[in-house]
Amino acid sequence: MDQVKPHAAVGPEGRYFGQLAAGVFQLQRCGSCARAVFFPRNICPHCGGGELQWFTPSGLGTVYAATCVRREARHGGDYNVVLVDLDEGVRLMSKVVSADVPDIVPIGTRVRAEIVRQGDAALVVFNVAEAA
Amino acid sequence: MSAPAFHALRGKVAIVGVGQAAVGRADGFTELEILSQASQLALQDAGMSMRDIDGICTASSLATMWPMPVIEYLGLRPTFIDGTMLGGSSFVAHLMPAMHALVSRQCNAVLVCYGSTQKTAAFNRAEVTKARRSMDPQPYETPYESIPPLGAYALAASRHMHQYGTTREQLAEVAVAARRWAQLNPEALMRDPLSISDVLNARMVADPLTVRDSCMVNDGAGAFVLVRADEARDRRAEPVYVLGNGTAVWNRQVSSMEDLTVTAAVASGAAAYAMAGLKASDVDLAMLYDAFTISTLLFLEDLGFCRKGEAGAFVQNGGIAPAGRLAVNTNGGGLSCVHPGMYGVFLVVEAVRQLRGECGARQIDKPQVALVHGNGGTLSSQSTALLGLQATL
Repeated sequence: MDQVKPHAAVGPEGRYFGQLAAGVFQLQRCGSCARAVFFPRNICPHCGGGELQWFTPSGLGTVYAATCVRREARHGGDYNVVLVDLDEGVRLMSKVVSADVPDIVPIGTRVRAEIVRQGDAALVVFNVAEAA
Repeated sequence: MSAPAFHALRGKVAIVGVGQAAVGRADGFTELEILSQASQLALQDAGMSMRDIDGICTASSLATMWPMPVIEYLGLRPTFIDGTMLGGSSFVAHLMPAMHALVSRQCNAVLVCYGSTQKTAAFNRAEVTKARRSMDPQPYETPYESIPPLGAYALAASRHMHQYGTTREQLAEVAVAARRWAQLNPEALMRDPLSISDVLNARMVADPLTVRDSCMVNDGAGAFVLVRADEARDRRAEPVYVLGNGTAVWNRQVSSMEDLTVTAAVASGAAAYAMAGLKASDVDLAMLYDAFTISTLLFLEDLGFCRKGEAGAFVQNGGIAPAGRLAVNTNGGGLSCVHPGMYGVFLVVEAVRQLRGECGARQIDKPQVALVHGNGGTLSSQSTALLGLQATL
């Protein structure tokens, strides 16, 4: 739980991206209703509670919706965009980066989070998870 | 129509004038210039002058303080001002505050107006999208380049297809029906024949949506005028009464939607129906904001025209085309008539024209009740209104 380095004053958004940059993907959980929360914030959107604690999720999730944005090859070609439901019960937008994934990632695909660098920022993306 | 008045405001306010200007391109004209043209036309239609207006509702995708330049340009001294900005649903959502202001006599005549030059202005849609990344950041979605709003609607369509077996052909039916209505509307911008296979074989932009599943990017301005019902009679045209209105927002980002197949239209619709004392089966015309073909399917379901998951079958075989089971988007919609960014005001204009019987070749048979449903953002804001003629009061 406390892999967090001491910070100067920083809000939940700054802390989330700071942690990602340090290679740590964390979510919040509400101290009142115990539900996981994403995106990071100061107030629980489920119950209004204000005691959100950080935790490290399993990183495992399931593709909930998927599209492939069609882009000309000279601009970098096609790429997928997905919504992933993490096993902890939150949804986030991302992409699946595994080499052999189809253009349109099948809904229901099990995936595992990975942090990658994109320019100056760190980003959560997903790989197809090996069957257990 | 003997439903009780559930709400003190039901039918107390009427739309007495509508106008559109620069439908398609505004070449050389500014947003304020075309907005004022549409407003003048709406006032002419109402038999009123700008001097009669003492209430204003307006919103812009660019200016955050938009009522100020509009008030200044039109020379108003309004006692009621509403600049609520919820994206494309704004001008439907403006109905409720306008009704409160009119009935309480805070003001006597409200102008609701919009104008956009997103197509022809130098600071166009692409520039706006770039600027918005800084002015209105979405740090949890922007890095994945989902091309909002397109990607969000594509994701919703993917989920609807997965969950309910909806097909691309059924999505295409929505575009084909819109086109067939547009072919009856001389003001519509896209009137060439369009078949299901044309839609399916059009350029894919974000699976499962092709460019023909997507609304246009145009210029255009629209306006309408509201007064109290007791001052609405004896004008050039029949008054169109506001029977109900409800607005709901549950999320901004598509990734924050609880269920991509259910929008907050279930709440905005329920509120509007309850206020009007009406249900979906009472509706003769449905104007549903069709930013993408999936939008129409979602709103048919969320507003009770069919059950969840069944809109694909509902629209099949020309279900919402001319002579279909329900008249939907009779102007041709954002898909084929016009789509100047925030299209909500045009939904109201068409509903009023249909109720008055002014629609020529596309006129439906003696409609009494129209439902207008505006959507904003990426399935983010929803506002539903029920409009009706005298007999529905």
